[in-house]
Amino acid sequence: MRPPRNFYVKTFKREAGMLSRVAENLYWMSRYLERAEHTARLLDVELQLWLDQSPEVGAGRWRFLVDALQVAGVQGRLDPLQLAETLVFSRANGSSIVSCMSAARENLRHVREQCNSEMWEQLNKLYLQVIDRRAEEGWILNSHELFRAVQEGAHLFQGVTDATMSHGEGWQYIQLGRYVERTHTLAALMDTHFRRAAPATDLPVDSAEYLSWVGLLRGCAAFEAYCKAQTAEIRPLRVAEFLLLNPELPHSVRFSVDRMNAALHVIGDLTERREKLPARIAGRLRAKLSFSQIEEIMEEGVGTYLENIRGECAEIHAAIHQIYFDYAIDAELAS
Amino acid sequence: MTAAAIPIRSDASLAFVNYQMDHAYDEMFVTVGVPREHYRALQQTLLGLAPEELRKIQQAADLTFLHEGITFTVYGSKEGTERIFPNDLLPRIIPASEWARIEKGLTQRLTALNLFLRDIYHEGRILAEGIVPRELIYSCKHFRREMRGLNVPRDIYVSICGTDLVRVPDGSFAVLEDNLRVPSGVSYMLANRKVLKRVFPTLFRDYGVWPIDHYPQALLATLRTMSPENCAYRNDPTTVLLTPGVSNSAYFEHAFLAQQMGIEVVEGRDLLVHDNLVYMRTTAGLRRVDVIYRRVDDDFLDPLRFRPDSILGVPGLFNAYRAGNVTLANAIGTGVADDKAVYAYVPQIIRYYLNEDPILPNVPTFLMSDNTHRQHTLQNLEKMVVKAVGESGGYGMLIGPQSTAKQRDEFRALILADPRNYVAQPTLSLSCAPCLIDGEVESRHIDLRPYILMGEKVTIVPGGLTRVALRPGSLVVNSSQGGGSKDTWVLRDGDPTGGPGVA
Repeated sequence: MRPPRNFYVKTFKREAGMLSRVAENLYWMSRYLERAEHTARLLDVELQLWLDQSPEVGAGRWRFLVDALQVAGVQGRLDPLQLAETLVFSRANGSSIVSCMSAARENLRHVREQCNSEMWEQLNKLYLQVIDRRAEEGWILNSHELFRAVQEGAHLFQGVTDATMSHGEGWQYIQLGRYVERTHTLAALMDTHFRRAAPATDLPVDSAEYLSWVGLLRGCAAFEAYCKAQTAEIRPLRVAEFLLLNPELPHSVRFSVDRMNAALHVIGDLTERREKLPARIAGRLRAKLSFSQIEEIMEEGVGTYLENIRGECAEIHAAIHQIYFDYAIDAELAS
Repeated sequence: MTAAAIPIRSDASLAFVNYQMDHAYDEMFVTVGVPREHYRALQQTLLGLAPEELRKIQQAADLTFLHEGITFTVYGSKEGTERIFPNDLLPRIIPASEWARIEKGLTQRLTALNLFLRDIYHEGRILAEGIVPRELIYSCKHFRREMRGLNVPRDIYVSICGTDLVRVPDGSFAVLEDNLRVPSGVSYMLANRKVLKRVFPTLFRDYGVWPIDHYPQALLATLRTMSPENCAYRNDPTTVLLTPGVSNSAYFEHAFLAQQMGIEVVEGRDLLVHDNLVYMRTTAGLRRVDVIYRRVDDDFLDPLRFRPDSILGVPGLFNAYRAGNVTLANAIGTGVADDKAVYAYVPQIIRYYLNEDPILPNVPTFLMSDNTHRQHTLQNLEKMVVKAVGESGGYGMLIGPQSTAKQRDEFRALILADPRNYVAQPTLSLSCAPCLIDGEVESRHIDLRPYILMGEKVTIVPGGLTRVALRPGSLVVNSSQGGGSKDTWVLRDGDPTGGPGVA
């Protein structure tokens, strides 16, 4: 991933760095889009599960969803229609799909000149498609299409971005935003799951639990990959290892942290910053994931482990902000 | 029109059935059914298309504009503030000979206006000699005292100008107004062309149209020749575009131009001034800025010098400018030369500085500060167009023939209360051109805004933005007032129909 050090020196003279505001917009755009995609995937998965479940179990799953997506302020009995309104359409909930899509588009709109027209068109199209929909009675059974559209649209955007945008500093902030957000949401989803499930063992799960484990794998876009690696036999410990520590699965925590690291290193080189606080924190996190054993993690408590990861994610975010987006001017002028 | 005037296929469309002609100059037809030579190929193409086909083409084009986000913002409207800028698919065609004259006239005019600005901010010879009244200049709200005695690079105040031309009934072009502050619309010119080339590729090729796609490059080259003398890298200045931000009506254009030029779009908050040097905040630290293509009005540039409540500007920018450490294009204070009352003196200004007769005439203009003019205007309000001198974008206007008695009374009171602030012009019959309205071709009034660049040399890309008054009979072409635009084709030579492959 990381280009050789002298790669940039030989090319035509180009000033180091880019506008901080633009970098921040690209970073947030990417975070919001990742969040919208994640929410859409979870809803899609839950919708499929819901059809197979008894009403009591189903009601429990809605609560799970609210916790996994960290939606604040949803209390009491959950009415599916209202929940859909909250998770998909609500403008009051800043993390609903519609809010995320608007925020992603708004962030990109502010820096349109930095992206290619292809990228803007793709995101704008997706946005128009999403805000076109309304919550209605029975919407949930027909909304598979919408959730697919958001996931596909996000993938398409990523593809268009990778294929057309020059992989310079701006592109790195898009990568960074995506993987900071992904690490965070994955950790939240797994945390919520493991807190509810029985302690993870290396034994196949019974049919009562089977669906929820498949739900977790699908929520990480990892079911098929897991089957390939471990067969369709669901063993909780292996699922945990797969989702946390697998270096090849795009929706594993380790993979996300690796990519986050790579982006931070390139940004550090491109901006010629000596102060590389974000890369240092991310490097520490990466080392932890690279050398952890799943049995140790389980022994220490997977909840704590995941909580620490979320904490470190927040630290990395704060450091990026402080070093690249909103630094103190006096110190800069003095240097 | 009468279908018998030209031979048409039996299954041909009824495209022109509702095409009306009146006393205004018609760009396409000499008389009913008889097109001008340079419009014949277009007419043939249109007659070969059924209304549904035309409608389909228009829809596809509209969708392109929406998806690409080619929009503008309407102030004061509640529902979604972004709208697509209505585009009309039928090109406006200008023969080479007509264009040559326009080009010469525009160059002459801008050269004189720059000399005028240099003069009034220095010696003021033209004022001393009484060619232009002193009080007219000093009472102009866009006159900037701060600019007195300040030298700007190459003595060029206006590097980017958009001049509005109209074609009057006798077929000649006249200048309706100069836009010397922050003229906009050039991105629509480029977007229209892009879409038209997609929609009518063969027609476009066969016509032999001058390209305009190099405008952003020409703009960048112009800006770079304006680098300040103190600049460490005079040949490679750091150039940025300063925008008021994403909620500005022309933001699309700012982003588009910057992207095409490969420069940064900055907002006021991205810049800071320290020791009279301008910096922008980048991820790699602070970087010096040398040339600012500013799309922010004078008033909002620097809260320390101009409006203190402005959050769009950069505190200290004016001092950096005065110290010669940064170039602003256009310069501060150019608005005095596009004041609508000063406009009336432009022919004299051209004669004074260049000793030449104006190539492009003005539209007759009555100054309300002049007693005879005022009297005449007030007696004939229903025939006049009244404009506030410092406004643009079609705001603050009375169109006599389309006004109510109440509106006229309001303007009468306004004029009497502040005569200096108003001018009047006889209502002009802007020329008409065919437009595609819901699958049929109808006639609408249009004007023309070419863009003139002036740095080391003058560059005018052949064409400009043809603005269309989309409401039938309307004379108001401003985008903020329901206007649209169409592509403008300037031909390489006079005889387009001679080329091979023209149907």
